[in-house]
Amino acid sequence: MSVFVDEGTRVVVQGITGGEGKFHAGQMIEYGTNVVAGAVPGRGGQEVSGVPVYDTVEQAAREEDADASVIFVPPAFAGDAIMESLDSPLDLAVAITEGVPTQDMAAVRKRLSEVDTNLIGPNCPGIITPGESKLGILPGNIFSSGNVGLVSRSGTLTYQVVDNLTERGLGQSTAIGIGGDPIIGTTFVDALEAFEADPDTHAVAMCGEIGGEDEEKAAEFIGANMDTPVVGFIAGRTAPPGKRMGHAGAIVSGSGTGTAESKIDALNAAGAEVAETPEQVAGAIEDLL
Amino acid sequence: MKLHEFQAKELFADAGIPTPDSQLASTADEVVDAAEEIGYPVAVKAQVQVGGRGKAGGIELVETADEARAAADSIIGMDLKGIHVDRVLVEEAVDFVNELYVGVTMDRGEGKPVAMVSTRGGVNIEEVAEEDPDAIVREHVDPAFGLHPYQARKAVFEAGVDREIATDVASVLQTLYQLWDDNDGADAEINPLMVTSDDDVIAADAVFNVDEDALFRQPRIAEYEEETKSDDPLEQKADEYGFDYVRLDGNVGIIGNGAGLVMTTLDLVDHYGGTPANFLDVGGGAKAERIANALDMVFSDENVDAVVFNIFGGITRGDEVARGINEALGQFDEIPKPVVVRLAGTNWEEGMEILDESLVTVEQTLEDAVQRSVEYAQEVEA
Repeated sequence: MSVFVDEGTRVVVQGITGGEGKFHAGQMIEYGTNVVAGAVPGRGGQEVSGVPVYDTVEQAAREEDADASVIFVPPAFAGDAIMESLDSPLDLAVAITEGVPTQDMAAVRKRLSEVDTNLIGPNCPGIITPGESKLGILPGNIFSSGNVGLVSRSGTLTYQVVDNLTERGLGQSTAIGIGGDPIIGTTFVDALEAFEADPDTHAVAMCGEIGGEDEEKAAEFIGANMDTPVVGFIAGRTAPPGKRMGHAGAIVSGSGTGTAESKIDALNAAGAEVAETPEQVAGAIEDLL
Repeated sequence: MKLHEFQAKELFADAGIPTPDSQLASTADEVVDAAEEIGYPVAVKAQVQVGGRGKAGGIELVETADEARAAADSIIGMDLKGIHVDRVLVEEAVDFVNELYVGVTMDRGEGKPVAMVSTRGGVNIEEVAEEDPDAIVREHVDPAFGLHPYQARKAVFEAGVDREIATDVASVLQTLYQLWDDNDGADAEINPLMVTSDDDVIAADAVFNVDEDALFRQPRIAEYEEETKSDDPLEQKADEYGFDYVRLDGNVGIIGNGAGLVMTTLDLVDHYGGTPANFLDVGGGAKAERIANALDMVFSDENVDAVVFNIFGGITRGDEVARGINEALGQFDEIPKPVVVRLAGTNWEEGMEILDESLVTVEQTLEDAVQRSVEYAQEVEA
């Protein structure tokens, strides 16, 4: 078992004829992902890496029975590409694109409340169920199959924690990079809810960072609804207020919201252990299992 | 991207929001000329983007030419919280009876725009938000429809704005929302929105921050960009190279890929008793030249005593990183500052083979690499 994606997931790649789209479609296929179609306006009828390309996502979904999409579309068009996959409709859309204007995401968020599609991202590395399917740019070779769920706002931090887990022989059920933008689709709470419902996820590693209040909301959810143990990690403990630390969403505001301290306190209060280093995340998970 | 006050006011005035008569000046003569033209009293206001300009001596109210000249001499060229002042706005002083606050921003948690009104203007609104959150009325906006006129009125009446000026304030809020929406605003604020004894409202200050990811479709705002660049030469350089860079005040230089992992590296430096000199994210898929540029940048920061280079490759390849490090360090007869490198992920073995270990210290884990760099930095300091 796993969450959101498994070996049965049928994937359409939006932007498959672009440099990134083409390369990562190939990588996904090599990993074993069931990539059934590409979608690029004006490129219908072509083929990329043995995959048929359609002009619209709806055609791809209809002809190839796709139920998920990965989006490698430039930022100016990404909001529209996400809307297209929501309206096709698919069960899951994963937006890798970095730099999508925030107001475009506000419109997407509104539409998300009206449809059943789950969106992961944007500005994220994607999602992987090791040994079954990966949708995105995560390096497949560092993951191994097992019972630890992982959800993170950051790509490379995910890799670091996975590396520490794998080194200790702790495989992963599913790893989800939800992205570091101010407005995203799947939140920590959504991911935790899915992990809690998955009998094969025995513990969850949650990697948050400064900015926003999603970690605090996650803590509330953990306290009220979770039996599966969670180990937290918060990046940006030493970040000064008012400075944006790379991610558009990673900023402690002048009024003091979004601090690491508030997130760590909330997680501790909910009974989740918070590790100080990525290595300690893996150690704490090992102790729990 | 933050606009200067005079740029934001230009935008507001063009959209029909009343603003005081004003002129930009960069010499004492220009200040006096502008003041004579506008008519005393005028305010002389430093055009730098730091909070609390007034308290820091960046705003002066003057009533004569002599005072205007003296204010210009003290403000132009001053260092305001670390930023050099080279321009001032000379502005008609508004005789007010009341100060309000209106603003528009994105509520991250809700994923919706929010319009705000308060009768507690003229003070730090973030402090008001903390002490007395109910003093700020918030009206969430459905981005598909925009701010309905009734919502603007509702916010104004709920906030307790006087009936005589309510329609005018609602109209300012409506216009401000439209500007925010049309220009991909992040935060738009008028604080204070002054109320005169004649029941007129006028925007005495103006804040307008724009979503940098949307500059590609905002040509007017993009033109302002050149003028609003950071004054810090290192941050300017980072901008040129396209790095996410933040200067801090420690002595351990930090380079890595991915915001979360770089932040984590900063935290680990602190955890092991060191102090980070910077945040530098080279981004995804960096090639050798970019890696060399990053090292060059961190070396040029004189506060840096040691550097930790931490790359976990996904789309970034270890061999490219190693080539970049060799290239950057190969040009020195003597390495200026000790560099600790840790490579993991895609092609890390190839990277390790390429890396010239006579130039750098190699560590296998993140923790070891950070610890070693902190030790080096402490040795240099001692």
